[in-house]
Amino acid sequence: MTLSVNIKHAFTGFDLDVAFEAGAGITALFGRSGSGKTTVVNAVAGLLKPDRGNIKLDHDTLFDSASRSFVPPAVRRLGYVFQDARLFPHFSVLENLTFGAKYAPAHTQGAGLDDVVRLLGLEDLLSRGPATLSGGEKQRVALGRALLCKPRMLLMDEPLASLDGPRKQDILPYLERLRDGPLGLPILYVSHAVDEIARLADTLVLLKDGRVQHSGPLFDVLANPSAVPLLGVREAGAVVEATVLAHADDGLSHLRISAGDLHLPGVQADVGTKVRLRVLAQDVTLALTRPKGLSALNILPVTVEGIHQGGGPGAAISLKAGEEKLLARVTARAVADLGLTTGLKCFAILKATSVAPESIGR
Amino acid sequence: MTPDAAAWEALRLSLWVSGWATLFAIPLALWMAWLLARGQFRGKALLSAFVHLPLVLPPVVTGYLLLILFGRNAPIGRLLDSVGLSLAFHWSGAVLAAVIMGFPLMVRAMRLAIEAVDPKLEEAAATLGAPRWSVFGRVTLPLIAPGILAGAVMGFAKAMGEFGATITFVANIPGQTQTLPSAIWTALQIPGGENQAVVMVIMACVVAMGAVLVSETLARRVAARIAGT
Repeated sequence: MTLSVNIKHAFTGFDLDVAFEAGAGITALFGRSGSGKTTVVNAVAGLLKPDRGNIKLDHDTLFDSASRSFVPPAVRRLGYVFQDARLFPHFSVLENLTFGAKYAPAHTQGAGLDDVVRLLGLEDLLSRGPATLSGGEKQRVALGRALLCKPRMLLMDEPLASLDGPRKQDILPYLERLRDGPLGLPILYVSHAVDEIARLADTLVLLKDGRVQHSGPLFDVLANPSAVPLLGVREAGAVVEATVLAHADDGLSHLRISAGDLHLPGVQADVGTKVRLRVLAQDVTLALTRPKGLSALNILPVTVEGIHQGGGPGAAISLKAGEEKLLARVTARAVADLGLTTGLKCFAILKATSVAPESIGR
Repeated sequence: MTPDAAAWEALRLSLWVSGWATLFAIPLALWMAWLLARGQFRGKALLSAFVHLPLVLPPVVTGYLLLILFGRNAPIGRLLDSVGLSLAFHWSGAVLAAVIMGFPLMVRAMRLAIEAVDPKLEEAAATLGAPRWSVFGRVTLPLIAPGILAGAVMGFAKAMGEFGATITFVANIPGQTQTLPSAIWTALQIPGGENQAVVMVIMACVVAMGAVLVSETLARRVAARIAGT
């Protein structure tokens, strides 16, 4: 199932011109507020009719300005989870969950009530009213309500933005279950939080001022030095997938990526499973020779793939580490002093604490 | 000091006329309130002003205008007469007068309720697959129910108290168009009629209080349900 979006829409003082595709897995739509993310999702849902363009789900045209076709939202069968949950206040949790079930075509495959209640841990909430729920509970009910319409795709507009840290941690595992579970629903996920995206997304679309700046597989886009200004200097950094080999007694875990071994604290995953590691660009240091007598544990041989120098004193360096890509942020002066050029072989030093435990998923 | 037959008759007629007037006016007022709250069309302000006209016109003027339009020799009146529906000097004319006079109050209450409904909830219902009428029936209508109720009570109360337009349009015929206010007014014209006037005033007070109490109780129940607790 592939969603293809190609739309233009003009507001007063802002215009949107966006084209991208979202396939299997989670496609994240990332941008600062005002970049047009929500507008795009509303257009996909049918809550907004763009001026021009087309939106297709596989071969099913949802909107096409050329042929004047517009499928109303009620017929699109896309589950929309809003940032503000939007539960019906006059219905109980159970009534909210089952609201859309009767409109779904009878023979469609999809999750049943029991499955959804179990998946989202809603057993104890069913008879409650929405006003008595916490923010995280509301979002779980909203997610369940969308799932029970047996949607062809899920649209999620910053479903975690209104929640505080611990509540986010409550929901993230459910989203991961949804991504990896038997439903295998494609998800279009809007967010302005890089850590969420690093943890969840498979494909990343970067939006700025109503335009797509970068799009592609998550690992590629996050390791692209020219994406650094969009993500923010402090947030930029590659994501790599590592296999957990062992947990040592001193609290460090032994992980392996194609370029070598890493020793990191705070890895929760079981031995043998894969985890995503987020390596912030500002936490990667480069050296021309393999350093000796250094407190840092994690040193990987890398090759410089590209150098992106903005106007400022910093430079973003994309690196190839085995099969993986990394991103380092160094000063422009260091680029000159070390003579960094494309193709140069050098060493990347990652501080073990540089991978934030809360951004490790899977 | 007990109510005489005429007083009971006036009360019965008032309840009858007000009941029918309220029943008729609810769907019309709801439709008009929807149009004014959600509609986007030219002349909306003008329509709104027209709907509110009976509120600001002297009731005698409204009654006279009704007489001009719906009287036996008036164009609409003759048309209705030909299908056996005579409004002038008939209790159904009193219903019409009550509908017209209560209409602005009902529309106002319902319009405020519709404007208070978050369209985002209706959007959410649509994305869940609900067709337009289901969105209205399952989301909008339950949420505006207190407003409809409030409007209905207002309309009923206005109908119970309506005097000027009614007496001008359908006169003051006992058993046919003599509602409670007309009967009170008539009683006050007769020497020694004050006793019956007081009795009917008490009747009017009891009905008004009862209506308000019933609506308050219902509104509280609906509100508790809507609050989602």
